[in-house]
Amino acid sequence: MSQHLKDDRSARIQSATHLMNQGKLVDTADAVSLLEHVIQPGDKVNIEGNNQKQADFLAKCLTQVNPEIVHSLHIVQSAIALDNHLDIFEKGIAKKIDFSFSGPQSERLARFVKEGKIELGNIHTYLELYARYFVDLTPRIAMVAAVQADIHGNLYTGFNTEDTPVIVEATRFKQGIVIAQVNEIVETLPRVDIPGDWVDFVIPSPNPFYVEPLFTRDPSLITDAHVLRAMIALKGIYAEYGIKRLNHGIGFDTATIELLLPTYGEELGLKGKICTHFVLNPHPTLIPAIESGWVESVYCFGGEVGMEEYVKARPDIFFLGPDGSLRSNRGFGQVAGHYSIDLFIGSSLQIDQYGNSSTATAGRIAGFGGGPNMGCDARGRRHVSEAWLKCGQEDGMLQGRCGTMPRGRRLVVQMLETFGEKWAPSFVEELDAWKLAEAAGFDIPPVMIYGDDLSHIITEEGIAYLHKCKSLKQRQEAIRAIAGYTALGMAAVESETAALRKEGIVKTPEDLGIDRTRANRSMLAAKNMRELVRYSDGLYKPPARFRNW
Amino acid sequence: MALHNMTFTFPGGSAGSIPKPFSHTGVVGSGDLEALFTKADLKGGVEAQVTTPVRGYDAVWEKVLGRFVAESGLSDVKIHLNDNNATPFVVTLRLKQALAEAMERGEAS
Repeated sequence: MSQHLKDDRSARIQSATHLMNQGKLVDTADAVSLLEHVIQPGDKVNIEGNNQKQADFLAKCLTQVNPEIVHSLHIVQSAIALDNHLDIFEKGIAKKIDFSFSGPQSERLARFVKEGKIELGNIHTYLELYARYFVDLTPRIAMVAAVQADIHGNLYTGFNTEDTPVIVEATRFKQGIVIAQVNEIVETLPRVDIPGDWVDFVIPSPNPFYVEPLFTRDPSLITDAHVLRAMIALKGIYAEYGIKRLNHGIGFDTATIELLLPTYGEELGLKGKICTHFVLNPHPTLIPAIESGWVESVYCFGGEVGMEEYVKARPDIFFLGPDGSLRSNRGFGQVAGHYSIDLFIGSSLQIDQYGNSSTATAGRIAGFGGGPNMGCDARGRRHVSEAWLKCGQEDGMLQGRCGTMPRGRRLVVQMLETFGEKWAPSFVEELDAWKLAEAAGFDIPPVMIYGDDLSHIITEEGIAYLHKCKSLKQRQEAIRAIAGYTALGMAAVESETAALRKEGIVKTPEDLGIDRTRANRSMLAAKNMRELVRYSDGLYKPPARFRNW
Repeated sequence: MALHNMTFTFPGGSAGSIPKPFSHTGVVGSGDLEALFTKADLKGGVEAQVTTPVRGYDAVWEKVLGRFVAESGLSDVKIHLNDNNATPFVVTLRLKQALAEAMERGEAS
């Protein structure tokens, strides 16, 4: 029986044992040398990082290896977030990439692809990429980030555990090599997040790993337009369907909904009836709702900078370890967000005439992150909830697919103003994603949420209950009816819109009994960062960039 | 970038002009605008002047303003809008607030 992988692993570890001093520790200064010893040309390599935490020291070290020794790597990792992640392609150290999310580097990535500097494999959702780690994209080398380690390689990843468990498990259990950068070496860890025998090398990092406070939104930037859309969402969707289990996409729209729960939500008598269970990062605009007793449970994909102490003090709400601190887990978070929620609500840049939406533009390859796994109807779901059942019962096209068989449906909601920044229309005939697909040579345009998964759109004009439509033609009419003054919206036919309103497929704020003049910032439970801090009894510690008082 | 100026005229409605000579609302902050309503003899019509950095959306401005004038029923009013990238929703909102303010203060004075 061949033991090629196992022997290869042993040989690589052997070649680097001279760099190990105490236990599994390797000096910071020897990090580059270690990589040159254990990485071989063509390896599949994972540098841990997502839209939040980054193994930034190891990413930098990889740019410093000798390209004659280490080259042609196939990078398989969640995020292309740092300059260093792309620098390795310019130097020939890496050749190909399979990834999920590239927000901050999306323009440079598109340029590299166009110039042929990078061979682009596939763009995945987080969950898809993790799945492929266990099938055909198993890393040979994983470089991860931890808060603390001991000399045996045990890791404490704590609040920002995020992707570490899934990467380490896929790598180490297929005879790969795991290297960890750690903020500090300690004798005793608060708890063990990754067992030491799954980790091969531990390197003290010169600086703590980088974490982006990605989900934090300053309430002082919320506008009256956000407040109106949030009122529409609460009355026309959350109350209408009794949404208890949900995920909020990142952005000001959803932050506004959270801040209206203790005010407008209370007024509508919705406490206990909606928003009891979130799959969501522990971001600060949730604090007023938690403190007002709305929320029973929050499961987190990642941490959020500044929320550590607040989360620790709320063990009834968050998932805390035996040491009392949060352990986020993006893998489980994405599974929970795919199968256990009844509503996903988020914002988009563009929606086309059929309801397909995308954040891609011609000059940017931004990737998907986790959006599509929550912004879809989970086809494998079998358990029943009231909201899921009601949405399925209202599905105007279900009979055409399943005959008389009843089936539920997740609510997938897009919420946006009809015009974005600089009057860029949010509703378009054709998504810019088509242009990107052509320029980058993709097989298909990158779509964040497909039209057939989308159940509702909210704009300042009202709600389109798209799932109720009986045909694609009717869906298009419903989209036009709430598309405002965009070219698509101006093509709306008054008689068609009137018929849709009569059938309850389109509802304006007035149809919902919402007084537009009440839509202003005074409705917010907290109007700025300082009030959020006050709500948290001083436990929330905003990062410097959000401390503006 | 040079600012873009537009002037539109609309047929007025039956609600008449504002009660006082002029009324001012809003600030030219980012994503916002200021609205100035002035009483003027326009033979029953309404005139709107827009100054904005946004180009290429004249037809949308005309539609937004036209809808506001029609719904308000105003006549004999000059509207000046100094805009800094407000979206159509914000424009409509500020117009409605400017109107409410013009009416209220007029009654009080």
